[in-house]
Amino acid sequence: MISTPLDPDRAESVFADFKGEYTREQATLEASRCLYCSDAPCVKACPTHIDIPQFIRKIATGNLKGSARTIFDANILGMSCARVCPVETLCVGDCVYNLMHVPPIQIGKLQRFATDHAYAEQWRFFEAGADTGKTVALLGAGPASLACAHELRRRGHGCTVYEKRGVVGGLNSTGVAPYKMKADRAADEVEWVLGIGGIDVVTGVTVGEQVSFQELEARHDAVFLGMGLGSDTNLRVPGEDLPGVRGAVDFIEEMKGSRLSLAGVRRAVIVGGGNTALDAVREVKGLGVTDVVMLYRGDEAAMSGYQHEWAAAKVEGVRAEWRGVAVGFEAGADGRVARVLCQRLDERRQPIAGETFTLAAELVLVAIGQSKLGALVGSLSGIEVSSGRVVTDEHGATGRRGYFAGGDCRNGGKEVVNAAAEGKAAAQAIHAYLTGGL
Amino acid sequence: MPDLSTNCGGIRSPNPFWLASAPPANSGGQVQRAFDAGWGGAVWKTLGQPIQNVSSRFGAHSVSGARAVGFNNIELITDRSLEINFREIYDTKKKYPKNAVIVSLMVETRQEWQDFIKRSVDTGADGLELNFGCPHGMCERGMGSAVGQEPKVNQEITSWAVEYSSIPVLVKLTPNVSDIVPHGLAAKRGGAHGVSLINTIKSIISVDIDRFVPEPRVDGLSTNGGYCGQAVKPIAMHMVAALAREEGFRLPISGIGGISNWRDAVEFILLGSSSVQVCTEVMLRGFRVVEDMIEGLDEYMRTHGFANLDAMIGKAVPRYSDWGNLDLNYETVAKIDPALCIGCNKCMIACEDGAHQCIHPNPTGARMPVVDESECVGCNLCQIVCPVEGCIDMVKVDNGFAPSSWNQFVEEGRVLRPKKGAH
Ligand SMILES: Cc1cc2nc3c(=O)[nH]c(=O)nc-3n(C[C@H](O)[C@H](O)[C@H](O)COP(=O)(O)OP(=O)(O)OC[C@H]3O[C@@H](n4cnc5c(N)ncnc54)[C@H](O)[C@@H]3O)c2cc1C
Ligand SMILES: Cc1cc2nc3c(=O)[nH]c(=O)nc-3n(C[C@H](O)[C@H](O)[C@H](O)COP(=O)(O)O)c2cc1C
Ligand code: SF4
Repeated sequence: MISTPLDPDRAESVFADFKGEYTREQATLEASRCLYCSDAPCVKACPTHIDIPQFIRKIATGNLKGSARTIFDANILGMSCARVCPVETLCVGDCVYNLMHVPPIQIGKLQRFATDHAYAEQWRFFEAGADTGKTVALLGAGPASLACAHELRRRGHGCTVYEKRGVVGGLNSTGVAPYKMKADRAADEVEWVLGIGGIDVVTGVTVGEQVSFQELEARHDAVFLGMGLGSDTNLRVPGEDLPGVRGAVDFIEEMKGSRLSLAGVRRAVIVGGGNTALDAVREVKGLGVTDVVMLYRGDEAAMSGYQHEWAAAKVEGVRAEWRGVAVGFEAGADGRVARVLCQRLDERRQPIAGETFTLAAELVLVAIGQSKLGALVGSLSGIEVSSGRVVTDEHGATGRRGYFAGGDCRNGGKEVVNAAAEGKAAAQAIHAYLTGGL
Repeated sequence: MPDLSTNCGGIRSPNPFWLASAPPANSGGQVQRAFDAGWGGAVWKTLGQPIQNVSSRFGAHSVSGARAVGFNNIELITDRSLEINFREIYDTKKKYPKNAVIVSLMVETRQEWQDFIKRSVDTGADGLELNFGCPHGMCERGMGSAVGQEPKVNQEITSWAVEYSSIPVLVKLTPNVSDIVPHGLAAKRGGAHGVSLINTIKSIISVDIDRFVPEPRVDGLSTNGGYCGQAVKPIAMHMVAALAREEGFRLPISGIGGISNWRDAVEFILLGSSSVQVCTEVMLRGFRVVEDMIEGLDEYMRTHGFANLDAMIGKAVPRYSDWGNLDLNYETVAKIDPALCIGCNKCMIACEDGAHQCIHPNPTGARMPVVDESECVGCNLCQIVCPVEGCIDMVKVDNGFAPSSWNQFVEEGRVLRPKKGAH
């Protein structure tokens, strides 16, 4: 174990899987339905380009080991991806059955079936390459760094991951909705990835504070930046510092790692319309809050969050206030937040004079984005930071020799599977750099 | 790490998976891509005197939405120039020295056989396969299955080939015979190093019921074709096993017919094949299917502790016996697992209408039916129709009777248990 043991009674443990696991028969039947397309659109839709028809055929023939190998060879984080990927907009969304108006193949669930099996059987597929004597420092123990480190080990390079938190796994451990994956499964994945050997993980160390980039450069031959995004963005309106008003990502991290009391909370307002807001409304609802409202400044169709997630939230009984913004918060007698003061907007998102309204709430979660961490490296000469993102070429190399980046800090905040793809691609670029390519 | 390499009648390949002589092995480009994908060998599309093909050529037997469970064709041997074919065989063998390249031949006169064999051997190929199997077109001209159906002709042509060839000769047999054994023995007498079977089965795949023409339709006419694909596997396996267990035979066998995945391949190998050939599955899904075949076989060998292919070839042959040797006193009955039963009652109707009327509605009113074990004959029809894996088990009954086969009953007067379900 490299992280502290998880509290079995942490708040997230009340959630059940939204998409259940397949039995062997279900998996075989579903796999047998796959058309085994050539040059398949699902493969193109997957950022890590798993050979999906091939892994599915192997489930159908009972070659589960081969199936898992096909998945992990392309994406070492295939187990968490199977659970957390928004497959409706990735592989499953591009299944050709959609065009025939036939239910698409449940690729995520099949991938979960094969990868869970591999974990349960403790199959290992990859060995570290012959030691090259080179070492790489990786910032953050999130998906991007893990995928990068594993690929580097396959090529024989030593890896040290520096993680500021006590938990490893990045947002897979601290952010992902528990009805998709809980923190213990994310921890299993970290163990699985580290099973290749030769990846040191140092927790509780913030690069830039406890250890400087100069020190990293002195100790290692290359640096991978996989530090993700920063803390929740503020609304900057009066009353935001009242107890009961907090950032959504911060709240989710607490829910996933520790016990949480929502005593006295009957009504909650979640501000935002992105995927973090959609997760937060379903989570708060699932934790037992009766009246959950999503307050979004645009229309239903304009939401940046996935429609399939919103559809599920609606089924669970969440409602929304469209075209509204929070302009302030008021406290109740207990000094905690009690009301959200809101302003109605028009189609062009301009305030409509005189149209204000109030929402009662004992809990407010602000989900309007996370800050960018580019500034951390902005002062290093050669590294370019644009809108807070670390700029790289298509392989992940920054403008500074020996510095590479991938994941949320590079792409501004996408999905786990993008972090996995970018981390792996960067490892290939790092390998080329370390072996004299660059 | 199990060793998947094989030696089939002197033809060596890194694994037992070969492309059958057919469209996927029509050209150098295809065979080389197949080798890149992992195929261990390829039997080149049959060479012979120039022919001309028809349009269309193929038909499919589709079942309940599963397309092309069976497949048939009316195409002939290669329609490409011999010079190009021989050059591409040469190039392919040069580029892929470890993979098996086998030249399939079908000609008429002794002189032609001598000629074609010389040119084939000159390519550096690893072996020859004599196509005595094609059941359409070529047989009307006295070749293909017309040879394979006549043991004397088969033996004679095989002996010419063996005389002219410095590389191993496999004889590809036709299934369009009542008993395969005399034909395998004829090839053996002719000196063959091994046999390949089966070629395709004479068939009419379907009829266009609006035009009143069988398919595939060549304008207003059609002809019988050769049947292959997954549907023919049981027939092919019987023929392979019939030769494998024949005392007087004992030649290496290259198994063919309906192999679509590693499980099929394992079955053919257990029944005595030292290599397996695939045509239809590749035609339908491409060379990439071999990845799963190799992995699946490798894993199977690991879990069963087979260090090499020889250890498993023919493992199931001694268990293939005559009916007269089966134990008539071995008794089983069906048991339904209440924890797994989904209450579909498919077993009940199957037994009621198609077997021995011994699965009945549950007297408690529950959906799970009950088996009357005193009447159950152990035919396992219910198990076959049950959609839930492991729900119906055929359980052995200890009836106190010592084993007795029909032969033992007739020859030694052993005692048979009372019949069940025969009233
Ligand atoms: C609430 C929420 C829900 C999400 N749900 C999904 C989902 O369902 N499906 C999906 O695919 N994606 C989801 N995402 C997105 C996904 O989690 C991220 O895209 C992915 O985790 C990015 O991986 P990463 O490695 O780039 O960054 P992170 O996962 O953020 O990991 C970065 C790590 O770096 C550490 N770190 C930061 N700075 C330093 C430093 N200076 N020194 C040392 N360590 C440092 C952090 O503590 C963290 O552990 C969600 C995101 C959020 C916020
Ligand atoms: C379109 C087609 C063409 C074929 N041509 C040949 C041939 O030229 N020579 C030959 O020996 N067999 C030929 N065959 C038979 C195959 O090699 C093979 O024996 C048969 O199809 C059974 O295998 P399968 O079920 O894997 O298809 C042909 C089969 C098909 C479908
Ligand atoms: S990683 Fe995600 S997108 Fe890719 S195939 Fe798996 S579930 Fe689909």
